[in-house]
Amino acid sequence: MPFEIIVLRSMQKLMLLGDEAIALGAIDAGLSGMYAYPGTPSTEIMEYIQSSSEAAKRGIQREWSANEKTALETALGMSYAGKRAMAAMKHVGLNVAADPFINSAVTGVNGGLIVVAADDPSMHSSQNEQDSRFYGKFSFVPVFEPSDQQEAYDMVFDAFELSEKYRIPVLFRITTRLAHSRAAVERKVSEPEKPFHLPSDLRQFVLLPAIARRKYKALLASYESLKYENRLSKYNVFRDGSNRKLGVITCGIAHNYLMENFPGSGPDFPVLKITTYPFSKDIIKDLTERCEEVLILEEGYPVVEEGLRGILDNNLKISGRLDGAVPREGELNPSIVAKAVGIISDPFPVVPDVVKTRPPSFCNGCGHSDTFNAVIDALKPYKIDGVFSDIGCYTLAALPPYSIINSCVDMGASVTMAIGASDAGLTPSVAVIGDSTFTHSGMTGLLDAVVKSSPVTIIITDNSTTGMTGGQKSHATGRLAKICEGLGVASEHIRTIIPLRKNHDDNVRILQEEFGFRGVSVIISARECIQTASRHRKEMSSENKIKE
Amino acid sequence: MKSDIVLAGVGGQGILSIAAIIGLAAIENKLFLKQSEVHGMSQRGGDVQSHLRLSDKPIYSDLIPYGKADLIISVEPMESLRYLPWLSKSGWLVTNSTPFINITDYPPIEEILKEVRKVRNHRIIDADRIAKESGSARSGNMVILGAASPHLDLPFSSLQNAVRKQFQKKGEDIVAVNLKALIAGRNA
Repeated sequence: MPFEIIVLRSMQKLMLLGDEAIALGAIDAGLSGMYAYPGTPSTEIMEYIQSSSEAAKRGIQREWSANEKTALETALGMSYAGKRAMAAMKHVGLNVAADPFINSAVTGVNGGLIVVAADDPSMHSSQNEQDSRFYGKFSFVPVFEPSDQQEAYDMVFDAFELSEKYRIPVLFRITTRLAHSRAAVERKVSEPEKPFHLPSDLRQFVLLPAIARRKYKALLASYESLKYENRLSKYNVFRDGSNRKLGVITCGIAHNYLMENFPGSGPDFPVLKITTYPFSKDIIKDLTERCEEVLILEEGYPVVEEGLRGILDNNLKISGRLDGAVPREGELNPSIVAKAVGIISDPFPVVPDVVKTRPPSFCNGCGHSDTFNAVIDALKPYKIDGVFSDIGCYTLAALPPYSIINSCVDMGASVTMAIGASDAGLTPSVAVIGDSTFTHSGMTGLLDAVVKSSPVTIIITDNSTTGMTGGQKSHATGRLAKICEGLGVASEHIRTIIPLRKNHDDNVRILQEEFGFRGVSVIISARECIQTASRHRKEMSSENKIKE
Repeated sequence: MKSDIVLAGVGGQGILSIAAIIGLAAIENKLFLKQSEVHGMSQRGGDVQSHLRLSDKPIYSDLIPYGKADLIISVEPMESLRYLPWLSKSGWLVTNSTPFINITDYPPIEEILKEVRKVRNHRIIDADRIAKESGSARSGNMVILGAASPHLDLPFSSLQNAVRKQFQKKGEDIVAVNLKALIAGRNA
């Protein structure tokens, strides 16, 4: 299991991950539909709602979506019909959903709509560390960036209210450490779900240019009023101090790392805690007008810092990520912040040389290892050094002893990169993609290949689950061959293999037959993920043997 | 009272169970608690850690600052050393001596234990052996927790209650075997 949902009830408080606090906040604030695609560190938001008995009793919609774009669009549809909806995804998932996200700002909403983007600074489980606050600015929607679990819970209520008051989607931005850290959360009184009601203006969601121009003007105006909206500004707290040499602006959880360094009465310098955007320049002036120098601590990109500096870097003395006071990349921690505010710490012990890195690897008995062993042997007669691949557990085949995949870019890119490389002359051009990744974003690429009869071999590693994020239901399960056939792949070139050591020679032969075919072939390498298989076995046996 | 604990191991070794039990015991004692976990890619046999912070005052950071941990509890010896930068000068390191070898360049165990012994306050116990002797090879994590328990600012009875709560759904036998492992670790 990805983790155990440990809900500890004590003094009316629950011990919740940041993800779970958002989920519970949404349930308590009258959510009617939750839509998401799994992605670290956002997965547990949907998982919490799926396992909630209250959500079940109320009939809250809570099926996984095929990808983040379909999730957000479905949430927008629920909002159209007047009910409260949430879509959750990891930061790069918002790239997939960027089209509906930015346009939903222009259409506006009917029922409250919250989009949660979980950023992953330091790239613990991601390809980049993009900062989703940019999407707020890009689309002119308000952003909440909670600093702790309680705030995450509380803000959901305000975010829905705000969304309905301004008829605009609201972005919730969290980062890994809040998403995956537990703390006590106190619940509020639950709100009822909103009744079904269609938008009063049925042209609201029709972004024909004439309507879109009008709506865009209104959007720009609302962005200005949001700067003075109490539901946002009440979360931005200014705390004065007697030492006016330095003033510090903290964004989101950076505030905790600062306060950690001043146990007891807190710092003696002024601190402005920012957790919502956009904010008015008045709150910034409160700080800048009384301090000689301003330090900005943000988890992610220097978004506020760049805003304050402007192009001309005016005459304010500013430090942060851009001048090296704080490292330009990577997540923050209390020690980095201590250094930035001039606290000198004792040297701490170093990690002895004897400690080796322990990268993640395939589980013992994982079907992917048998698939890649077959791919490696099947490729031996050809003078190519590897295959295209995608995002999932199978990406670990980039590491020794396999070292056989040469790409991991975005969901679905293996298929389309294989087409492009084949166009340029690569033979055989092979892509390895997981079953869930394939239905997320690989199907359209396969259609491209079919239309131009591209000589590519697409290997779908079908483990019947979304494995890397802990084994969520895969849309592909039981449908892969039919999907490929429906997209136009010739049925004699849709081959299924079972990745087991005893089938190795047969599997190599089948792979080579298809590598030699000058058209589109799909090889479905099908064996259930051993993690979910053992979970299913356990569920079936009446008594568990021992421990987690 | 403040107790900052780094839990260390390899994905799948059960450190989140240890975290949950300490967490339950902390709540019984009305303490504030923050616990950060590693989910996602690293869980596939990579190194995993959890920062667990208990205090009688509100806690700000989810992460323990370098040099401030009071205790490292590790279910794997090499992993215990990975988090030394967090250990305070007066902190304790409690580790299992049985290695989990899933990499080709795993160093000789003696070299690892030599480094562990350089830590001023350390405890090395063979949790896998003790777990087997107490009737369940898979409760090594409870043995380690038991061995670390004297260095936790929590009554042992609270930890026992927490073990009962944590495993009650799995039946009395499972509760008993885990309690036995916890006590065996405490007495080791």
